Amino acid sequence: MNTAKMLSVAGCVSALLIGWSVQAVQARDLTVVSWGGNYQDAQRKIYFEPFSRKAGKPVLEESWDGGIGVLAAKVKAGTPNWDVVQVEAEELALGCADGFYEKIDWSKLGGKDKFLPAAVDDCGVGAIVWSTALSYDANRLKEAPKSWADFWDVNKFPGKRGFRRGPKYALEFALMADGVPPADVYKMLATPEGIDRAFKKLDQLKPHIVWWESGAQPLQLLASGEVVMTTAYNGRISGINKTEGKNFKVVWPGSLYAIDSWVILKDSPNKEQAMDFIAFVSQPENQVKLPEYIAYGLPNKDAAAKVPADLQKDLPTAPENLSGAVALDADFWIDNIEELNKRFNAWLAQ
Amino acid sequence: MSRASARERMGALLLIVPLLAFLAVFFLWPLWTMVRASVVDNTVSRVLPRTAAAIVSWDGQGLPPAQVHKALIEDLRQAEDQQALGETVRRLNSAVSGFRTLLTRTTNAVRDETNSGAIDLGDLDRRWKEPRFWLALREAVPPYTDRNLLAAVDMKRDAGGAIVSEDPGASANRLIMFRTFLVAAIVTLACATIGLPYAMLAAAVTGWKRTVLLLAVLVPLWTSLLVRTTAWFVLLQNEGLINGALQVLGITDGPLPLIFNRVGVVIAMTHVLLPFMVLPIYSVLLSVPRNLMQAAASMGAGPLRAFWRVLLPLSLPGLMSGSLLVYMVAIGYYITPALVGGANDQMISSVIAFYALGTANWGLAGALGVILLLVTMILYFIYGRLSKSPQLLGA
Repeated sequence: MNTAKMLSVAGCVSALLIGWSVQAVQARDLTVVSWGGNYQDAQRKIYFEPFSRKAGKPVLEESWDGGIGVLAAKVKAGTPNWDVVQVEAEELALGCADGFYEKIDWSKLGGKDKFLPAAVDDCGVGAIVWSTALSYDANRLKEAPKSWADFWDVNKFPGKRGFRRGPKYALEFALMADGVPPADVYKMLATPEGIDRAFKKLDQLKPHIVWWESGAQPLQLLASGEVVMTTAYNGRISGINKTEGKNFKVVWPGSLYAIDSWVILKDSPNKEQAMDFIAFVSQPENQVKLPEYIAYGLPNKDAAAKVPADLQKDLPTAPENLSGAVALDADFWIDNIEELNKRFNAWLAQ
Repeated sequence: MSRASARERMGALLLIVPLLAFLAVFFLWPLWTMVRASVVDNTVSRVLPRTAAAIVSWDGQGLPPAQVHKALIEDLRQAEDQQALGETVRRLNSAVSGFRTLLTRTTNAVRDETNSGAIDLGDLDRRWKEPRFWLALREAVPPYTDRNLLAAVDMKRDAGGAIVSEDPGASANRLIMFRTFLVAAIVTLACATIGLPYAMLAAAVTGWKRTVLLLAVLVPLWTSLLVRTTAWFVLLQNEGLINGALQVLGITDGPLPLIFNRVGVVIAMTHVLLPFMVLPIYSVLLSVPRNLMQAAASMGAGPLRAFWRVLLPLSLPGLMSGSLLVYMVAIGYYITPALVGGANDQMISSVIAFYALGTANWGLAGALGVILLLVTMILYFIYGRLSKSPQLLGA
């Protein structure tokens, strides 16, 4: 009796162990990493789930907040546990130069000419065109702010301001508030005087700033009335207007837009499938569904042309929204982020 | 006899082998890696060996001689390992901003087949005419460096090699580190002030009351840190529950600034860390015989005096280990300060995370970690001396 029991327990344990080790040997399913929040909810609905059905295999997903160090650590570990990652422009440039990504097989994507020129790279395929812009709750502010100068004007618009923590975006917006034309912002930032000028302008607003870090925070800050205006990602603003009936508005002139790209981590065990996934999400008929959920511009030209006009007007790529907007200069930031972040921290601490 | 005891000792040693292996793999090895990363600086001499050999003979005046230029071009042409080259670029860009695009452009140009003739680096990019890029290259040749450790405490070496402070306004690691220890100390004090009476109450009552009190401590411990912090965000904000209640009751006219400042950080961190204070004190108090207080009373001590002379000294070991736990955990915090703190409440771990995750500058991240570890060890040593000293609180 006792022996039988022990044997059965031992059997169970060894069965479990074998099962576990088999699973460890078996390949991990395709793992896709994006930026969370209502953006990833939309991606799940229109990309992850349909692709998983088509491939007949599960798609695992995770979310992250960026940072080349995260990817460096994964690639240096030998076999990364992520396959496809959506990265920002700087991570694309840095990682591609440092050999962290697989090369893209553009023949699977129907050729480079199908995409916006800025969305084409040896290591990445554009996923969205997105914008960081001045945002406010139109139900709370009677008079609409129109520019970064208004953002700085605490007499006309009393209350706190939300800002993404870090020098990126803060310095550009400060210069525009100080009267630098959008087209000259990076020319100005390339000089030490320009940087000093931006920090000086930030000094004026410093007591009124609430700093945020992840993309969902500014929505919360606006919704609770904690701030009267904030910088925010445009897609999340239109997203929350749809899902929660808010009346948040985006000020397009002076906004900074950038392209996020899909990359495949070097030595990913699911390289083939990862490439298929990127091809799938880049097909016009799949990509065109995105603006229904979240107002980001589409890098596939055929997809962008098919977006209905009522959705088109909220996209960073709409011609009227592009006028007065600035393209984020990834080269400037990959050169200067470390030094400026150090200075920014010191400035914050003063 | 002695043989048997030797065998026993061997047996005992065998039993702790898993523990030792665990410590080695999950504690000592990562620690060693971190220390190494902060001082080893061999990437430039490994990836650009010809340049490294040629540049040491340059005296640092003006621009380096032509053979250094030639060596660099040759090195960049030959560098095969893209990831190692990337590491070199990161290292150099961290010393002088701009190296990143400079080296990328130069590498692409020298590898371009059509450029097979002589290449003039200064013509390729005028930054090669600036000595500071070459000086940074020369500084990166020695295999070991103290620059990360110095940078971690806002110091650097000047052109002559002497150690000087960074320009004011250029870096604030020292200040942020000091702030980290200060906030951790305030939180520990707040936890002790709330935790000690709470643990005494929990140890004094029995039955369902004790269960409720303990659950009130344990349930938050089982809840995600992020959820608890976000809950405080809801409570503390200007239009939140606390400010709403205060204004309805007429205690304040406008909203009190409870969030995005030090007050918010201390409140939220105290709540999150309170279980680490309550549980050790509680477990110590459980072992205190209940009749001791009665004995003190029978000998004429009033409740206060009995508490001061009997209960408090007996609960001191719990208070001490609780404080140590809270303090140690608190200095590593950064999610809570990031969510409910203001500009002046960021702790050192957020700086470490920036270098480790944001820019992959593992040398500087390691150096900050080493400095944090050193200061913590010194504090732990002082704590060890204090907690042994019998004079404390008249115990």
